[in-house]
Amino acid sequence: MNAPQQPNLLSIRNVGKHFGGLHVLQDVSFEVPAGSIYGLIGPNGAGKTTVFNLITGLLTPSAGQIDFQGQSLIGLEPHRITHQGIARTFQNIRIFKEMDLLENVMVGMHDHLNYGGFGIFFNSPACRAAEKKARERALELLSWVGLDHKADMLADNLSYGDQRKLEFARALATEPKLLLLDEPVAGMNPSEKTILMEEINNIRNRGYGVFMIEHDMRFVMGLCDRIAVLNFGRIIAEGTPDEVRNNPDVIEAYLGKEDE
Amino acid sequence: MLEQQLLNALTLGSVYALFALGFTLVFGVLAVINLSHGAVFMVGSYAALAMVSHLNAPLWVAMLGAMVVSGTIGLLVDVLVLKPLRARNAPHLIPMIATIGVGIMLTSAAQGLFGAEVLRFPEDVMPAGEFMVGDVHVRALEIAIVAIAFLLMAVLFTILKRTQLGRALRAIAESPKAAYLLGINVEGLFHITSFVAAALGGIAGVLIGLNFNAITPFMGQPMLHKGIAVIILGGMGDIRGALIGGLFLGFAEVISKAYLSSQMGDAVAFGLLFLILLVRPSGLFGRKLERKA
Amino acid sequence: MEWFNDFWSTYSTLVFSVGVHALLALSIWLTLSCGLLSLANAAFMGVGAYVSALLTLHLEWSFGSVLLAGGIAPTLVALIIGAPVLRLSGVYLAMATLAFGEVVRITVLNLEITGGPEGLNGIPLATEGWHIALILAVTVYGLARLRRSKVGRAFEAIKEDEVAARLMGINVDRYKLLAFSLGAFIAGVAGALNAHFTFFISPREYGFENAVDILTMAVLGGTSSLIGPMLGSSILTLLPELLRSLQDFRSLVNGAVLVLVVLFLPKGLWESRRIRAFFKRLKGGQA
Repeated sequence: MNAPQQPNLLSIRNVGKHFGGLHVLQDVSFEVPAGSIYGLIGPNGAGKTTVFNLITGLLTPSAGQIDFQGQSLIGLEPHRITHQGIARTFQNIRIFKEMDLLENVMVGMHDHLNYGGFGIFFNSPACRAAEKKARERALELLSWVGLDHKADMLADNLSYGDQRKLEFARALATEPKLLLLDEPVAGMNPSEKTILMEEINNIRNRGYGVFMIEHDMRFVMGLCDRIAVLNFGRIIAEGTPDEVRNNPDVIEAYLGKEDE
Repeated sequence: MLEQQLLNALTLGSVYALFALGFTLVFGVLAVINLSHGAVFMVGSYAALAMVSHLNAPLWVAMLGAMVVSGTIGLLVDVLVLKPLRARNAPHLIPMIATIGVGIMLTSAAQGLFGAEVLRFPEDVMPAGEFMVGDVHVRALEIAIVAIAFLLMAVLFTILKRTQLGRALRAIAESPKAAYLLGINVEGLFHITSFVAAALGGIAGVLIGLNFNAITPFMGQPMLHKGIAVIILGGMGDIRGALIGGLFLGFAEVISKAYLSSQMGDAVAFGLLFLILLVRPSGLFGRKLERKA
Repeated sequence: MEWFNDFWSTYSTLVFSVGVHALLALSIWLTLSCGLLSLANAAFMGVGAYVSALLTLHLEWSFGSVLLAGGIAPTLVALIIGAPVLRLSGVYLAMATLAFGEVVRITVLNLEITGGPEGLNGIPLATEGWHIALILAVTVYGLARLRRSKVGRAFEAIKEDEVAARLMGINVDRYKLLAFSLGAFIAGVAGALNAHFTFFISPREYGFENAVDILTMAVLGGTSSLIGPMLGSSILTLLPELLRSLQDFRSLVNGAVLVLVVLFLPKGLWESRRIRAFFKRLKGGQA
């Protein structure tokens, strides 16, 4: 990226979130540059998924600012935030079980299908063309994750690892500029992880930004350009994988104090 | 005159509360909206009538009999319909739809057995006696109704708050899985709750049947609607809410009928219900619909 | 042709009823396909019936306009109450629509203009078979097109997982309102059609029992495809006729059907996947 004036893709500044007296996040700040792979790690319960929920509009921050490409996301409804170009996958996979794979991915294209009631009712050429293009694109995305041969299968019948891949493809269907991945490789075997690692790199090279939460250290360290570490709702470290790996606060957060 | 209307409101409201209690018990413990509750209310009324007319039983025996009959139906519904649906982990709306079917079947059966005309309790069975307290005309019947309703509610409250059984029920209301892991016999308690809730509905039916001296197969439907209004008002799954909501609805209805118009009285329950749902769906005391597994 | 004329004079009302009920079952199918359990469709039908009947009786509008008005009136109502009501989920929504339905019924029961409890009499016979057939065909076609479009996928997504649907860029609130209002429109038109061949309408036809009737038809037939509601409504309209002696037990049958279907055939009679699998096995057996 060569334009110094260009704002970072995602800018989180002094964000806090509390539920009644319970402070889940406090003074969280970091920046996700465009075209990078950014990681958020931390022990369980640190508040990582809450960060995602705040970004995608499912929750409103109690304090602080969240900007995407210079625009504030605060107060926007989730579907508008997706419209701005942010897509996400879930820790506990939320695919549409009663639809087949192709339909699942095509749901992601909802925003980009520009036809209305008339087009639908009269099966206009524009509508037909849009649907055809969408179907082709969906198949293409499924092929990126190696699921195109199962396009007509019911999503409920997929294995766990395949369901994760489907969710990934579906998120890509929204044509996001930033992809939020919540534990994308949980429950996958090593070969599946390697494939996904490669695919995420490809995604980045195609111009998408990636922001992921993960527990698999090797995955995160091997893939991310920069990493932020969250513990008890606060950022305790931020930097390149090497910087983070050697940070004593981080080591302590994960391994606990010596006498424990 | 106001005092007279207040007495009417108290009588009506206490039975509404009793009915709503059964309804909300099932919701709180089984997480099911049992729309056959109106029908067991009606069945209770007919059961008491049948015992009094054909078995020459004294009224208090008939009341107990009505509770047993209604309770048994509630239990059967749980065992035959709700339990298989639980085993299947059916989403919330499915059991509700099934109970709609049960309610319709019971109403139809009652109509077939007893006909659609309005039936009445025999004269000699009703508590006679009336007297004046100041300017208010009080019937012994009304005193009996209020007394019975409040007695039953007091018993229920005591059980829930102070006994092991009550604690177990409250644990299930929080989380059936956790209760199960604590060694609580969750299925058994589901059955007991269904029985008790329906029994309360049944006795409410007898009391209303006595109060208005009219029994028809269709009396359950409007009562069900009022029950829904009460628990939405007071909060679904909340016992206090059912009591306060019931009294409040009784009051609102009686006052509307007396000072506005008779037809408005019917609409009041629904109007209130609608408004509350829009403004504060959880009611005065209620908690959210989804509970932890 | 003789036998046809005889058949028609005896059974035309029944055939018309099947058509109207099919429309109603489709209207509730539409809301169910979006995950909404709305018990208001009988009330919407009533609004359509009364508005259209009153327009015919007092203002003598043409049948076509009256039908359109019968559809638009409940749609406007749906749009007004939809925004707040649709924020409620699941059971609360069912309760709210039930309450709304009763409010409508009681209002109609008490208004002078609607004839109060005696209803409206002497509505001219205007509905003909081809009206119902045409409207039903157009409705089925329209809903089928909708299902295959982004709107249909959006509905399905909302039904399965509202949160995930929002994150796919779907404006959930707007789509719920669409399903709700479109359902109201269809129910209203059905009501208008019905009013103009039964001569007479009364508040009693549009209450809770009727809402449950409609729900039963959809549940029995199955909600996974458009065929389900049509199948369910046909069966539940024709069955009491075929079994004349059971006429009095119509309610009992309804109730029993609801319970049995929910317990044993949760996806209804016509479940497309099961049927497709069945045919596949059949073909496989013959190979």
